[in-house]
Amino acid sequence: MTDGKKMPKTPMLDKLEGGPWPSFVTGLKRLAKDESKPYAPMMKDLLGQLEHSYETRKGYWKGGTVGVIGYGGGVIPRFSEVADKFPASSEFHTLRIMPAPGMHYTTEVLRKMCDVWEEYGSGLIALHGQSGDIMFQGCSTKNVQPAFDAFNDMGFDMGGAGPALRTSMSCVGHARCEHSCYDEPRAHRQVINEFLDEMHRPAMPYKFKFKFSGCPNDCTNAIQRADMAVIGMWRDDMKVDQKEVKAFVAERGRSYVIDNIITRCPTHSLKLADDDTLKVDNRNCVRCMHCINVMTKALHPGDDRGVTLLLGGKRTLKIGDLMGTVIVPFLPMKTDEDYEQLVDIGRRVMEFFADNALEHERTGEMIERIGFANFMEGVGLPIDPNMVSHPRTNPYVRMDEWDAAVAAYEEGRKGQGAHNKGGQS
Amino acid sequence: MSARRAVESGVPELDPYLHPLLKKNYGAWKWHDRPRPGVLHHVAMSGDEVWTVRAGTQRQLDVHTVRALCDIGDRYADGFMRFTSRSNVEFMVASQSQVAPLIEALGKGGFPVGGTGNSISMISHTQGWLHCDIPATDASGVVKALMDELHEEFIHERMPNKLRISTSCCEINCGGQADIAVNIQHTKPPRINHDAVGNVCERPTVVARCPVAAIRPALVNGKPSLEIDERKCMCCGACYPPCPPMLINDPENSKIAIWVGGKHANARSKPTFHKLAIANLPNNPPRWPEVAAVVKAIIHAYKDDAHDWERLGEWIERIGWPRFFELSGLPFTKFHIDNWRGGRGSLNASAHLRF
Repeated sequence: MTDGKKMPKTPMLDKLEGGPWPSFVTGLKRLAKDESKPYAPMMKDLLGQLEHSYETRKGYWKGGTVGVIGYGGGVIPRFSEVADKFPASSEFHTLRIMPAPGMHYTTEVLRKMCDVWEEYGSGLIALHGQSGDIMFQGCSTKNVQPAFDAFNDMGFDMGGAGPALRTSMSCVGHARCEHSCYDEPRAHRQVINEFLDEMHRPAMPYKFKFKFSGCPNDCTNAIQRADMAVIGMWRDDMKVDQKEVKAFVAERGRSYVIDNIITRCPTHSLKLADDDTLKVDNRNCVRCMHCINVMTKALHPGDDRGVTLLLGGKRTLKIGDLMGTVIVPFLPMKTDEDYEQLVDIGRRVMEFFADNALEHERTGEMIERIGFANFMEGVGLPIDPNMVSHPRTNPYVRMDEWDAAVAAYEEGRKGQGAHNKGGQS
Repeated sequence: MSARRAVESGVPELDPYLHPLLKKNYGAWKWHDRPRPGVLHHVAMSGDEVWTVRAGTQRQLDVHTVRALCDIGDRYADGFMRFTSRSNVEFMVASQSQVAPLIEALGKGGFPVGGTGNSISMISHTQGWLHCDIPATDASGVVKALMDELHEEFIHERMPNKLRISTSCCEINCGGQADIAVNIQHTKPPRINHDAVGNVCERPTVVARCPVAAIRPALVNGKPSLEIDERKCMCCGACYPPCPPMLINDPENSKIAIWVGGKHANARSKPTFHKLAIANLPNNPPRWPEVAAVVKAIIHAYKDDAHDWERLGEWIERIGWPRFFELSGLPFTKFHIDNWRGGRGSLNASAHLRF
């Protein structure tokens, strides 16, 4: 396969080969030196172009249109603007492929992926992109289809790109975490796989992201990064094993417990009793997870578990940073119907977004433009005081439908109240 | 080209890829602890125990590195592995005696074991010059240079709480919110390639993208193009992705800013966005020494002064911003004051002061 191409001189990149952290440059060079492989010339020129970027402090990739049959997205096209200097890497597209929830692999499937990517691609794989895709980086236009076919034959499918439902992420959750409040991998698959048409044939105003975290530690960074954040939650009393509390106090000492657990509770809901047991004011616990994170043996989320949904997270462009805000305070996640209800809320929100958002507007920006109360009315979700930090501070609203709103509130309250409200334990 | 149609299979099932012990105890875990940095020990309701060894990777992995990890997985970890959202690899084993050989194999393979608990984990990052179409800097290179410097804090757990870093190659900030975020900040309005705008860009789209309505259609040299009101332009670069002739990237004037105090967990305090610490650092490949110096100064101030369990932003919340600038040695300027919509909410509307 060698075309007699020499390794490019890369004095700047060479400086990223030393040091204790694994070097991506060393990896790129290994690929460039694989003379028996079809990608060796491409990777030599890729190194050359990257060195050129380091020298000139500029990027040299442009987009375009490349795809696979039947799909409108999922391939990130990259054409070089300096192909005259580096012709072998003039096309260097990425295939976004969705991994299993929680990014679990067998060595067998990873080896197969490597074999495919050696045959059709560059041999360079990013594990993973920020949306949670396997990024197969570096493919010629003609090899995109056969590479995808090979991955697809292995049971893997294309992820999202452009104005579409995007690839999702879920935390390790049920697979290996005692904080997990619902079956994240199941919710992840059930929601995303219901809406694959929105992923593979982009037709929304802009991107739409779901992320699934099993508890309020939010390990997938859903509140800040996802349009719809699905956060594990419980609404009964947290579970306290007083024997383990006593053991923890005995081991760490009272002042450690007071300084690092009792006084770190954001709502002052914890008290260390004289007998070294823990008293919890569950009515005022905001489920922040801190004490549970520190005393992993003694404290656990309660049994009445489900999810909280927040909507509208995104970063900077265009109107500035937005976090997701609560649209559903609690949805139980126990039965098949519960999971179907989550899918249904996702569908209603996405449909409203598709119908009402402006081009290139994210959900958070749409809500900022039309108003949260109007949005909730539009998707038909009930409002709740858990959705505000505090009520409005200005009088600039017409309130002549006040009595009707109160009646709706009273009606809504009748439907609640079945669950354990929590108390002292 | 084949005429094969895609099998629209979506997100794959988890079961075939899940370690048998995790499958057996799915949804039934009881507690965990960390016997040493880089090792998690989970105990299931059933009494089963699993040890996880976590190691850093370079994220952009060549097939040889992936296969090296697979070799380790086959030999020491039953042929299973997973990755974290920060590109760390994790191997799960069923007995404590399997942990030491796994750590040794990872060490020999050049993969640092750590990133757990109150450590600095791998930097969450973007594509940069390697693959992005709009980057003003590299991602993998900045991360490699920084992680070399922070390696000791990856392999130990000696920070007050976990510390998470991200890097981003433009103001879209794909690296995300973090305790410390290293992001590009452009400082000059885009130069416009007027010869190309008319052929490449949908001009109303570009006009609509501008957050401050500084762009308007114009005829330049008889060709349809765009012009920018440079007094309004805040150099965000939002016009560049839909219209590459809006040349925002500049080797000299695309600078690096460092932001602090972002947090996504709900633990103790609510999630927070990161705030500006310093800007105007040079974009200086291949090792960005000015960035590393500031990041380390902030980390040292935090490590020395924060209480146990305080995240970086919570530490600043307690000691106040005047003390943060004093302890980190960074200047406070008019550019730290938010003039964007809602910015008044970030001013001190009280007589709570620190001297």
